[in-house]
Order: sequence, then C-alpha cells, then structure tokens
Amino acid sequence: MARPTERLARLPRLPFPWSAPTTPRGVEPLPRPPRAGADYDTDWARRPLARVVRAAVVEAVARPAVAVLARPDRRGLDRLDRLAADGGPVIFAANHHSHLDTPLLITSIPEPWRHRLFVGAAADYFFRTRATSALSALALGAVPIERTKVARRSADRAAALIEEGWSMLIFPEGGRSPDGWGQPFRGGAAYLALRCGVPVVPVHIDGTGRILRKGQKLPRPATTRVTFGAPLVPEEGTDSRRFAARIEQAVAQLADEVTTDWWSARRRAHAGTTPPLSGPDAPAWRRAWALGDPDRRRRRERRRWPPL
Amino acid sequence: MPRPGFVLDVDRSTPPILFHHGEGFRLEKLPPDRSRVVYPAEPLEPLEDPEGAIRHALENPVGDSPPLRALLRPGMKLTIAFDDVSLPLPPMRRPDVRQRVIEAVLDLAAEAGVDDVHIIAALALHRRMTEAELRHAVGDRVYDAFAPHGLLYNHDAEDPDNLAFLGTTPHGEEVEINKRAAESDLLVYVNINLVSMDGGHKSTATGLASYRSLRHHHNVRTMRHSTSFMDRHSSELHSSNWRMGKVIRDAGVKIFQIETTLNNDTFGATGPLSVLQKREWEWTARDRAAFLAMKAGLDRLPLPARRRIFHSWRAPYGLTSVQAGEVEAVHEITTENVYRQQLVEVEGQTDILTMGLPYICPYNVNSIMNPILVMCLGLGYFFNMYRGRPLVREGGVVIMSHPTTWEFHPVHHPSYIDFFEQVLAETTDPVEIEARYEKQFAEDEWYRHLYRTSYAYHGVHPFYMWYWGCHGLAHAGKVIVVGGDRRAVRRLGFTPASTLQDALEMAEDVVGRDATITHLHNPPLVMADVK
Repeated sequence: MARPTERLARLPRLPFPWSAPTTPRGVEPLPRPPRAGADYDTDWARRPLARVVRAAVVEAVARPAVAVLARPDRRGLDRLDRLAADGGPVIFAANHHSHLDTPLLITSIPEPWRHRLFVGAAADYFFRTRATSALSALALGAVPIERTKVARRSADRAAALIEEGWSMLIFPEGGRSPDGWGQPFRGGAAYLALRCGVPVVPVHIDGTGRILRKGQKLPRPATTRVTFGAPLVPEEGTDSRRFAARIEQAVAQLADEVTTDWWSARRRAHAGTTPPLSGPDAPAWRRAWALGDPDRRRRRERRRWPPL
Repeated sequence: MPRPGFVLDVDRSTPPILFHHGEGFRLEKLPPDRSRVVYPAEPLEPLEDPEGAIRHALENPVGDSPPLRALLRPGMKLTIAFDDVSLPLPPMRRPDVRQRVIEAVLDLAAEAGVDDVHIIAALALHRRMTEAELRHAVGDRVYDAFAPHGLLYNHDAEDPDNLAFLGTTPHGEEVEINKRAAESDLLVYVNINLVSMDGGHKSTATGLASYRSLRHHHNVRTMRHSTSFMDRHSSELHSSNWRMGKVIRDAGVKIFQIETTLNNDTFGATGPLSVLQKREWEWTARDRAAFLAMKAGLDRLPLPARRRIFHSWRAPYGLTSVQAGEVEAVHEITTENVYRQQLVEVEGQTDILTMGLPYICPYNVNSIMNPILVMCLGLGYFFNMYRGRPLVREGGVVIMSHPTTWEFHPVHHPSYIDFFEQVLAETTDPVEIEARYEKQFAEDEWYRHLYRTSYAYHGVHPFYMWYWGCHGLAHAGKVIVVGGDRRAVRRLGFTPASTLQDALEMAEDVVGRDATITHLHNPPLVMADVK
C-alpha cells in the first residue's frame, strides 16, 4: 500500500506555468531566496495580522494546553514590576529542558512583553524546512539563531529587533538538556544585552523535563514551576563572557531557591556555594542518581522482545 | 552584475519557452536535444548620472571635433535634429533621453547667445509625430519653447522648397537633405541607438533625406547585399549611407553627432510585465501567477483594448553610454556599446529559426501591426539580428509566431492597404514589385498629400518594408507563421500553421527530420554573433 505522499507524487503534474518550472541541465540555477534556515526572513511574522494570529494561538491554544499539561506555578513576577513600569525591551534568559519551555514561558511572561516578544530558536532545528520555519515564526514568534557557529547576521537581526522595542526570549544553553541537568550558558544573551543596553531577566523552569524531555514523543502531564529572577543590568566595563556567567549563576540561584527556599538560596549565593545547574561533576550514573526518579510510570512500560 | 546572454541547449528538463505573439503570448515546448534558445543578456547597469554623462560628452567630444561649446557663437544658425517616434521600442519612460540631450545642448546654446535654433524630427518617410509624441520625445519645456513659434517641427521629405541637393556619390547616389539642416552653421544630431543599425551617417543621410535620396539605398539590391544591416561593415545599406555622409561633409555641412545607447530593460525588473524579461525556469510562483492572470485577462479582452494596453507601456530603459563629436568616431563607440548589451555568441547555423513577434515594430508605435509589418519585423529585423552569418542556414525554415490580422491603420498606413490588396495579390517577388509598382506608389499625389499633411507613412513605405525582409525571403527555403490569420499569411506568400508542432512538421518537408532548431528569445533585444 503506497503512502499518501507517494500516491500524490504519482498524480500527473500540472503543466508549466501552473506548476513550477524545471531547470534545464547545464544551467546554473539562481540562488534561491532563503526559505528556511538561518537566513529565513521572519519579518512577516511581526506584521499586525500575524501578531493577531499569534496572540490568538497563545491565548486560545497554548495557554489551555499549558494549563492542562504543565499546571504551572509562576513565581517572582513581582520582581519585574519596576521593569514593567518602564516598558522597555527585555531579554528573558531561561534554562531549557523541553519543547514545552517555550509555550510555558510565552504564557508566563507578563505584559507588556508577552505580545511583543520574539524567541531565539535554533536555526538548524526550528527552521529546517519551509513549513517548520513558517510555523515557528508564526506561532512562537521565533527568529532563527545559529547555534553551531558564530553568526553575525543572527546577532544583527536580534539586536535590530531589540532596538525596535521587541523583547527576546532565549535559552542560553543552546538546546534542551540531554540528561536533565543544565548545560553551560553561551554568550548570546549577554552579548545582546551589552550591545543593546537592555536588562536580562533570569528565569528558571522546573518540571518540564518530566512532561516532555528530549527524545520523548508524547507529553505526560506534571506540575511545573516558573521562577522569574531580579533583572540583571550589565555593569560598567563588563564583557559578555563574564555577564553570561552572571546570568547562569542567577538562574542557578533560582534553581536553588526552588529546591530549597529563598533564604537558604541567598545564603549559599553569598557564600558562593550555589549548586551549579550542570549538576555534580561525577560519572553519568551518579548524575542520573542525583536527579532522583522523576518518572515512575516508566516502570509500567510493557516488556518487549528484543529485535531478532 | 548583470548576467550575459547565452545559448541554452534544450533538454527534457527545459520548461516551455515564451514566444511573444502580437498582443499576447504562447508557451511552446521545443523538441529536446536538437533545439537551442538564444537568451539576451540581462540589462546592463545604467549610468548613475545621465545628465552629468551628457555634459561630459558634449565637453569631451571624440574624433576630430572641438567641444560643442566651442562650436556655438552668437548669430549662428543652429539646427538640432533628433530620431523620431520609431525609437526606442517600446517608447521609454519620461524623461526620454532625447529630452535630456536636447536640453543640455540648448543650455550651451543659450549660454553662447545662439538665437536662431530649429529643432527637427528626422523622420525621413515615416509618419509625422503628433504633439503628444513630440512632447514625450523632447519634453514639455522644449516643446513649449519652440513648437508654438514653428521652430520645432517634423521633417518633410516631399517639400521641394525645403530640400537641398548636395551632390552625388561616386556610385551615382543623389544626396538631398533638409535645407535648414544643410544650410545651418551647425547641425547637432541627437540619436538613440537601440540597435546597431541606427546612427552614424545613417542619421542624417536617411533621417533628413528625401525620397530622391533614399531610393538609392532603400531598394532590393542594397538590402540583399546587407548581410546583415545590423553589422555596418557587412551592410550595403550602411556603405551607401557612409558615401552619402561624405558628400554631406564635403558640401560643408558641419555635423556634431550625439549618440546614446540604452540597456535592454524593456519590461522592468518589477511590475506587471517583468516576467517577460526572466528566463522561464527562474519564474517564481508570483511570476507564474502574474503571467497566468495576464494571459487570462488578455485572452478575454477585444483586440483594440489589448492593443491600447500594450501601447501604453513605457519601457524603463536606462542610458548606458553617450558620446558626441565627429560622426564616424562617435558611431564606433556607440556600436561597441550596443554590442556589449545585445551580442551573444552562437556556434553555427540552424535548420529552423523560430521567433515570437511582439506587438510592436518601428512603424506601428501607437498604431496597428499590419501583415506587411509582421513580415518586416520577422524577416527584416529579427532575421537580421546577426553578425557573421544568418542564424538559419540558407534554404532553412523561418517560423514566426504572430496573429497577423488582416487589419490596417487607415490614417497611418493608407498605402499599405493598397500594397496588400493590389500588389501582393499579384506577386510577392521584391524585384518584380520594385520594378512594376514602386514609382507609382512613391509619386502618388494622394499618398504624398497624406504624408505631408496627415499622419500617414509615405506612399513608398510599404515597399521599403518588403525590401527590408527581402534578404531573409531569399535566404529562407520556407516561411511559416504560427497562429496567424490564414488568408493574410497566404497573401504574404507564407505558410500558415495552427501550432508550433504543426509548423515543425511542415518544416520537415524542407529540412528533413531531426532538423536543428534555434529560437531567438527576443525581446528584450538580442543579437546573434554566429561563428
């Protein structure tokens, strides 16, 4: 039985110009305008109509879905009050466990930023095809960011948007956690904050790894907690590497606050003993052991015969 | 960086090729592996500062000529002649390059205190230009300053009081040109060199000449020995004009020639017709949608409405060069600039040459492309767009695509109607036509009256159109018109065909099976340099 796509391919092709022309052999085709990847043009997704569609998607689809799947407990929003009064653009920098992190944060970030927000998304993942590019740009307000190499164009585009008054959501780890522990923060968020002179709000997400961790296909509902930290403003004379370390430290302190309590976390922060996001420097089994057992249902998986 | 023109070898991946078809289009699939398509180069970058380039050219003439400023003095008689409505094609967007040049010349004349200035449309035996056409060419400022005082007017090749006989060439060719131009202290000729045939001595020796003078090179013998008339060095038409140019010079007529070249940005990079300027496999979804919408709309419109739409198009041509000074030196540079844009190297001749003829030729601007002009455009102009050897081999087949409607503009082309109804009904042989009928039409008082007072082409003009194609007629073994009015096509002596496939099958009778095919993808203009 042929697949539907194969059956579709077998249908007679409409003649040119009803269908796209083929290129004769020996002719060098024109460089095509980027339809996907790091150079994908997302300007259309910030036009009024696309913004209305995105707001509808966020409020009518993402919010109920997040409420059902993640049951989020949002904390620390009071730390943003002064910033909200200014109303200027902000960079939200969060740890990253799951695909659910983005909808969770988009529905958690308060006004005035929620509907004037773009998401730094991996060009090699979210912008791999034309369809995913369009969907990411429309539904998430995503902008492609090169994570495999230093790309001036990605940075220029993000900086231009921030300067236009758009806020940014970025996951400085550059990808979802492979094992439940955090990864070192990259310098992108810090660089943009220094370049554009905007504050960075550290955000810690807890629990999304239990719902839809990397490699998992179907989500399993669980509770999550989103904690917003106090905005970080770059100090005079700092560089992006040091500022990135400061952001990572702030997110680690928020993680500590979630695991223990605010007071304990503050004391450890001052003592310089905040547990790192990346977990213990130990063999893999011990790192996994230290995470505990987040998913009891895994035990109920049906035994399967090994492939012969 | 614009891409150069090239020759595409058609294979199974090649999409159907665009053929112009009068006020419409056809998409034709050419047989793979034995067909090729000659594509024009992309438009050259235009000069950034056209006014500055014009001023520079006037101050730094080429050849044995002082700057224009040095030639102007108070009390002198200055005549400015310019190319008529037949150039460029389609008419260019305002400001027309002639306006820019004439204004620059007049600025210098005013500065030098020249009072006696006449401006003449050098139209030879073409129809007179209307006020709107003159305004478009020279601009409102120049028109309003000169026309109301009778100082801006059309050349009249049948006004015996205003023609001056200057002498005879060693070949016995009489040279008679506009008297005002001949008797001026300086004649400034403002040209547009759209194709390499234009310009040089042909500007004055043809544009400002009378029938008495023109008949020496606008004849069957000259045209058959012009191989092609787009290549001056192989063109008897040009040799004759160059001989006449020498007579004009020896008679003491001082000419300051200003020649300009345009890129081939005929349909624009954006806009409704931009798809016509793109290579078919590069048509985007938007291009294809625009083409389909355009075609669907045009197919539903009556012919007069389609004609009005097409003739309202103004091409966004850009100026690529301007040079001024002594005629021959100027023209050498001009020709190189035309070739730079239009010439495409083609390896060898072909058995079958196909061409899609558009809605316009030099003689139906704001008018109707009648069957005689179809013949002239196909076998005259397109066939002659070569250097070296014709694109089609001797005895090969020429296939033209055009509706070829049996329709004539009664005001512009009155003698064409009689030529088509009387002369072509008798014979299509150019030699016989020339011998039996030319004199009668050329000296007909009614045609002469219409030429001088109305907006009619001269009585002899349809003959010249037929001569223009006589080299192609003699060279080709068969001429087939696709999609044309069958009666009109047969009257021309050609073979009608409903589709290109039918035409190719008919061509097999002449050139055999598996004959090679070359399509000239024109317009935008392209000229084949056949090796």
